[in-house]
Amino acid sequence: MRKLDKHYDVIVIGGGATGAGTARDCALRGLKVLLVERFDFTHGATGRNHGLLHSGARYAVTDKESATECIKENMILRRIAANCVEETGGLFITLPEDDLAYQQTFVDSCLAAGISAEAIDPDLARRLEPSVNPSLIGAVRVPDGAIDPFRLTMANISDARSHGADILTYHEVTGYIRTGQRVEGVVMADHRNGGEEVRATADVVVNAAGIWGHLLAEMAGVSVKMFPAKGALLVFGHRVNNIVINRCRKPANADILVPGDTVCVIGTTSDRVPFDSVDRMEVTPDEVDVLLREGVMLAPSLATTRILRAYAGVRPLVASDDDPSGRSISRGIVCLDHATRDGLEGFVTITGGKLMTYRLMAEWATDTVCRKLGRDGLKCQTAELPLPGSEPDTRDFSSASAGAKASAGRHGTLSARIPADNPADKALVCECEEVSVGEIEYAIDNLNVDNLLNLRRRTRLGMGTCQGQLCICRAAALLEKRDNCASRHLRGIAQFVNERWKGMRPVAWGDNVAEAQFTAWMYGGVAGLDNLPPADEMK
Amino acid sequence: MDLQNENISSHNFEQCLKCTICTAYCPVTPINPRYPGPKQAGPDGERYRLKNPEFFDEAFKYCLNCKRCEVACPSGVRIGDMILSARLTYTKSKPSLRDTMLAETDMMGSLATVCAPVVNAALAMKPVKLVMDRTLGIDGHRQFPKYTSTRFVTWFNRSARQEQSKFKRRVSYFHGCYVNYNYPALGRAFVGLFNAAGIGVDLLDREKCCGVAKISNRLIAEATRDAKINLESIRKALATGSEAVVATSSTCCFTMRDEYPHILGLKNDDIRSSVTLAVAHLARLVESGEVKLVFRDDYRRRIAYHTPCHMERMGLTQYSVDMLSMIPGVELVVLDSNCCGIAGTYGFKKENYETSQAIGAPLFNQIGRVSPDFVATDCETCKWQIEMSTGLKVKNPVEILFEALDVDATRRANGLHD
Repeated sequence: MRKLDKHYDVIVIGGGATGAGTARDCALRGLKVLLVERFDFTHGATGRNHGLLHSGARYAVTDKESATECIKENMILRRIAANCVEETGGLFITLPEDDLAYQQTFVDSCLAAGISAEAIDPDLARRLEPSVNPSLIGAVRVPDGAIDPFRLTMANISDARSHGADILTYHEVTGYIRTGQRVEGVVMADHRNGGEEVRATADVVVNAAGIWGHLLAEMAGVSVKMFPAKGALLVFGHRVNNIVINRCRKPANADILVPGDTVCVIGTTSDRVPFDSVDRMEVTPDEVDVLLREGVMLAPSLATTRILRAYAGVRPLVASDDDPSGRSISRGIVCLDHATRDGLEGFVTITGGKLMTYRLMAEWATDTVCRKLGRDGLKCQTAELPLPGSEPDTRDFSSASAGAKASAGRHGTLSARIPADNPADKALVCECEEVSVGEIEYAIDNLNVDNLLNLRRRTRLGMGTCQGQLCICRAAALLEKRDNCASRHLRGIAQFVNERWKGMRPVAWGDNVAEAQFTAWMYGGVAGLDNLPPADEMK
Repeated sequence: MDLQNENISSHNFEQCLKCTICTAYCPVTPINPRYPGPKQAGPDGERYRLKNPEFFDEAFKYCLNCKRCEVACPSGVRIGDMILSARLTYTKSKPSLRDTMLAETDMMGSLATVCAPVVNAALAMKPVKLVMDRTLGIDGHRQFPKYTSTRFVTWFNRSARQEQSKFKRRVSYFHGCYVNYNYPALGRAFVGLFNAAGIGVDLLDREKCCGVAKISNRLIAEATRDAKINLESIRKALATGSEAVVATSSTCCFTMRDEYPHILGLKNDDIRSSVTLAVAHLARLVESGEVKLVFRDDYRRRIAYHTPCHMERMGLTQYSVDMLSMIPGVELVVLDSNCCGIAGTYGFKKENYETSQAIGAPLFNQIGRVSPDFVATDCETCKWQIEMSTGLKVKNPVEILFEALDVDATRRANGLHD
């Protein structure tokens, strides 16, 4: 057992966007913060969503409160997270089988929620976005966009850290330090050290663990009624569209196609799943069928575009307290001070909401923390201060290499810190995504990287067409150079290959299955990884 | 599940499995570190360019367009086409004066042949070469092929056209710029060879440059204009009795068969299989017994055959090798497949000279070791490069076949009597 020396003002549980945002907000307000995450950042729903910068239009008709929150945060994120956002714009299209009358309801609701929505001629829509289903009979332009949740989370983490926050990944909360009806800290298992028990104390503990927040609340003896809603998505091999395409109808399955970095993503489904399945989400053949069938309605060329992988996340939906049946589930934010709600001191839950409103969720959670600490005067600055990397970039990339452009896209202004002085720095590790040796080394040194999966989430390593086939061994060699622990990274390679295969398996046909087979020969056969004992997520 | 069975990518670049064998076979990658290699420039880059055209890299101009990457690719990805198309689509600058001059083979040939002796003398003069090197960027090491005073077409019309009406079987000959303006002897050998075999030769109604140099120097409107004229002439020839349209230049042949549809977007599937190389057409006729060739007993040569890259891409190499092997007195050494480095106008450009020579070095060295009487190849620019770099003479297989042919015996064997 180990106890951290420092006593914190606040411990934030959860390394998703909400937890990272809360840690940043707390740190910016001068609180002593510890963020703990059981695996890696973005391991939960943050890393398994659409990457859509919602305008809020999707909720305008059915959930005005969420719609209003979305558009406000949308405008804020364009300012503070410029490097994580692509201002693509969005279209809501009406197809012949849809009710064109709904379009007017939709536009009116958008305008009422403060979302600019302009009905345009279908011809203009076809010109703006050539991939759109040409049979559309109506289109509305809205300020949708794309957002990279990995970059967003990491930028929040980095800023929290540079404002004094401590960060512990691979530390899983297994219990609380309690005195009567007061939570005074957390008990963690350090997965990096054989599950060694680690204790940390704080005045307030914030539960920002997404769907796992349900279990963390239960562990504290309070109940937050959450509804795990699985959403499955498909990633296509390249960008088919450059503008977000939505279906102008009541939200349904697979009616949003989002272009994100080098790929585009169709989603989602929405199905309630049992709690005991949230740690092993798998996409079913039926889900793939639905996604593909509906996706083709948005952009017909998806039918003949290679699908890279399928994935699924779990939305942490919450039933409001006065609706114990859980029927009216909102996408709204839920911030609970368990002292007033349940008589449990020192414990706050922040949940519900969406990736889009992570910053607002963080603000509410931090406001609650400050109030509990009696430091109400500390003002939130996260709506104004740009995240690291998102400051205005004045560099000229016109004659830069593709690799330099790609890493500037990923790291924004921080890419100036990526070594690129000699050919070895500029050599590519991941060829599909143009990740250089210099970028990998920068990530290892600066972005809480300990294994290959961390590197993927920090840099897009292995997220391209070949799904890690060429880059994993190169990246593993660079990791090994730092810690001289070849056996660990060898296991990491096997784990990475298996993790990639998990996403490829539901769409394993055609070129994709040939790709996977080739990877299997390389790593299983030539490199002999078939002979390693199986490994779980690196702990 | 039907949807899943039908979801097969129609995007050629998505068929890339990232095996990287294309880059391993690229002649430029190991020589010029500024060139990112075919995988990166081709399928990998294509994906990035779809995200944002800014990801186009000017360094793609170092691509030779040799298509060796495509030959190597086990998945049928048209990597070279992809790189060339990207250059055509995304290069911002206009083609330079030099590139235009190098590409306009037809126009330059027409002008130069009018006063060939003067032009030839001038192009060989040190001061002229120096000026071209310094001001235009045409490398001073290069010697331009000599222009002829009597174009092939002039000779054909004057001395050969009339007798072609005697033949029942006919092919149309795509002579190309080189035969017409620089080396009519090859055209004359072709006519002699085919006539002796009992096959008449027509010229196309209108023949323009195949366009290979215009395509690689990005004069696409001009190349397309010429290609349309050629396609129209080819269709007409095939419709009026020609059994095939044959070329003696592997690159002309390749351009019309593959670059027209893949790069210029001109459909040619109706005529593609009837456009071939003269040796290939002849080889098929010999094999089927329709044509007999009789060679001289006294022709004794040691010949090294070099495979032009586009020949390899078309898969026609074996025809040249087989035909040359038929000559009883020929000792044929087939050289290792290795790009000679010139790649048409590429090697003439000053900035590419060193790359060009470094790429060809293994070939030149092997030729030195083999020590043949001369070298055989089907491409005129390979010929210039090998002649300049080894000092040996280089001949087209058609030329060699005609040299070795016992014309009278062949005519008799094919039922021709004077």
